[in-house]
Amino acid sequence: MRSGKTPLGCSLWIGIGLAGMAMGLAGCGGGGNADGQRIEILNVSYDPTRELYKQFNEAFAQHWKDSTGTEVSIRMSHGGAGKQARAVIDGLEADVMTLALAYDIDAIHEKTDLIPQDWQKRLPHNSCPYTSTIVFLVRKGNPKGIHDWDDLVKGDVSVITPNPKTSGGARWNYLAAWGYVLQQELGDLAVLDDPQKAEAVAKAQEKARRFVTELYRHVPVLDSGARGSTMTFVKNGMGDVLLAWENEAFLAVNELGPDQFEIVVPSVSILAEPPVTVVDKMVDKHGTREVAEAYLKYLYSERGQALAAKNYYRPVAPSKVPEEDMQRFPDVQRFSVDDVFGGWQKAQQMHFNDGGVFDEIYKP
Amino acid sequence: MQIRVLQRSVLPGFGLTMGVTVFYLGLIVLLPLAALVLKSATVPWQQFWDTVCDPRVMASYRLSFGASLIAAAVNAVFGFIVAWVLVRYSFPGRKLVDAMVDLPFALPTAVSGIALTALYAPGGWLGRWLTPLGIPAAYCRLGVVIALTFIGMPFVVRTLQPALEDLDPELEEAAASLGASRLQTFRRVLLPGILPALLTGFALAFARGLGEYGSVVFIAGNMPMKTEIAPLLIITKLEQYDYAGATAIAVVMLSASFLLLLAINMLQWWSRRHSE
Repeated sequence: MRSGKTPLGCSLWIGIGLAGMAMGLAGCGGGGNADGQRIEILNVSYDPTRELYKQFNEAFAQHWKDSTGTEVSIRMSHGGAGKQARAVIDGLEADVMTLALAYDIDAIHEKTDLIPQDWQKRLPHNSCPYTSTIVFLVRKGNPKGIHDWDDLVKGDVSVITPNPKTSGGARWNYLAAWGYVLQQELGDLAVLDDPQKAEAVAKAQEKARRFVTELYRHVPVLDSGARGSTMTFVKNGMGDVLLAWENEAFLAVNELGPDQFEIVVPSVSILAEPPVTVVDKMVDKHGTREVAEAYLKYLYSERGQALAAKNYYRPVAPSKVPEEDMQRFPDVQRFSVDDVFGGWQKAQQMHFNDGGVFDEIYKP
Repeated sequence: MQIRVLQRSVLPGFGLTMGVTVFYLGLIVLLPLAALVLKSATVPWQQFWDTVCDPRVMASYRLSFGASLIAAAVNAVFGFIVAWVLVRYSFPGRKLVDAMVDLPFALPTAVSGIALTALYAPGGWLGRWLTPLGIPAAYCRLGVVIALTFIGMPFVVRTLQPALEDLDPELEEAAASLGASRLQTFRRVLLPGILPALLTGFALAFARGLGEYGSVVFIAGNMPMKTEIAPLLIITKLEQYDYAGATAIAVVMLSASFLLLLAINMLQWWSRRHSE
């Protein structure tokens, strides 16, 4: 390189080394739990569960202290479900995950060896301690007379729903609309698997595709997330109807203006199942398996179910919940993604991945 | 490079500081970018090509680059005026106005996005006047430009201010006394002196606009082919766990913006030399 009297090359390397050390020091910190009497677990969740888990964590910490004498503190991480799953794939050390749809937890199994393939079989009800559904939020008095899915594509009705490519919640909306048409056309969704009715099923699927295409022609804005859509509808006054999670719709009505909005429950909707799981590799690494499993089981207890209902999630064991908390949930016929679309992997592949049905809608 | 190293500087500490610089730039800038390029290199060429040439992706490039250019240009004009006023005149509340310039820097971008959308939505304070005029501001391309103008403004003002302060008012007086018209003074005396700084500000605002995601997704409406920005398509790919596709789009954006920034830098060197 060069030959000088002063060791310029040498001091250059010292500089690199010093800077490296400074970085190293700054990067340290954090880490370490499960020592002695205090345990810490991290629950990686999606956005609208903030309130629910705030209350539930307090209840569980108390319960755990009473039954084992150990203090447990639960850290929460909230965000879009897809983003949260990617964080775990990229190394966020979650002990438990409570996400919006099974597809995102499946992705963790696919990309890493953190959880086994049959993760969803380990807890009752497909590992979903609470469920929800998709409902309509309309402006007070329902000026456009929206009562069911068909009304969404009438005249100049403008529908607000987020982009299914970026929002988990939006995928439920989309699939709910699709399933509704199949239900209308076929009467009974069980015939979907009947090889003798294949022709009728194909016709119904085609009709569903046309309906959903028409539906998205009525969507003026595709927000990137469910909260963004709620804002667009509630704060910015766009659209006549918002397709929303039932719990989000309740929240909007109760917190933002009971005098401004009403909830309309369609005749048929989807059974939204937000699943939960322990992240095996991480709880074994942290030594937190026992408490993490107890944490998720507690969601199914009387207290856990009551808190779910209180936060507008439909509990899977309604018998454990006080009658008055159940009355807020109107009866609605719900179909599951597994029954109608053959599971999330298939639904994602066919509808939402690049080149899928949703992309076709916007093909110029 | 060799020549530079061989030239002895009178300032001590070159080796040490250069070492820190190399390490720091390497860690903060080059390493992540190298990881990005490496990741995209795992994609078969055909798939890479199909991803980045998809009509929807192309439309998003056009929007991202177009809107960023327009926003940077708007900022270059109005940012110049703001900087001029702040430097040349003293008026009550000047310090306050000066501090306000930095606000778009400090505000979380999602907050600016939500605020702008609330303002320009058809029912918003400004939107309700614009909509009857047939100018939809939110949820269309204009909205993207508005958001990018907002976040890019401080870059132009802040880079122009020191340049304007350095500019001696006597030069203008001399020009005027020698019979130059105001326009001539501006074109022949003022502009050459501040052009490098103006170009830097323009380039910074433009680059910032290209990468902006947080505020734009709220106001854009995100309709495919119409108001989808390239960063949003990257997020869309990530939502499908399509890391390769996301990096492919990113690499194209990166290369294109590097070329554009390089071109602006060249222009700057040229203008600096030209004015000397």
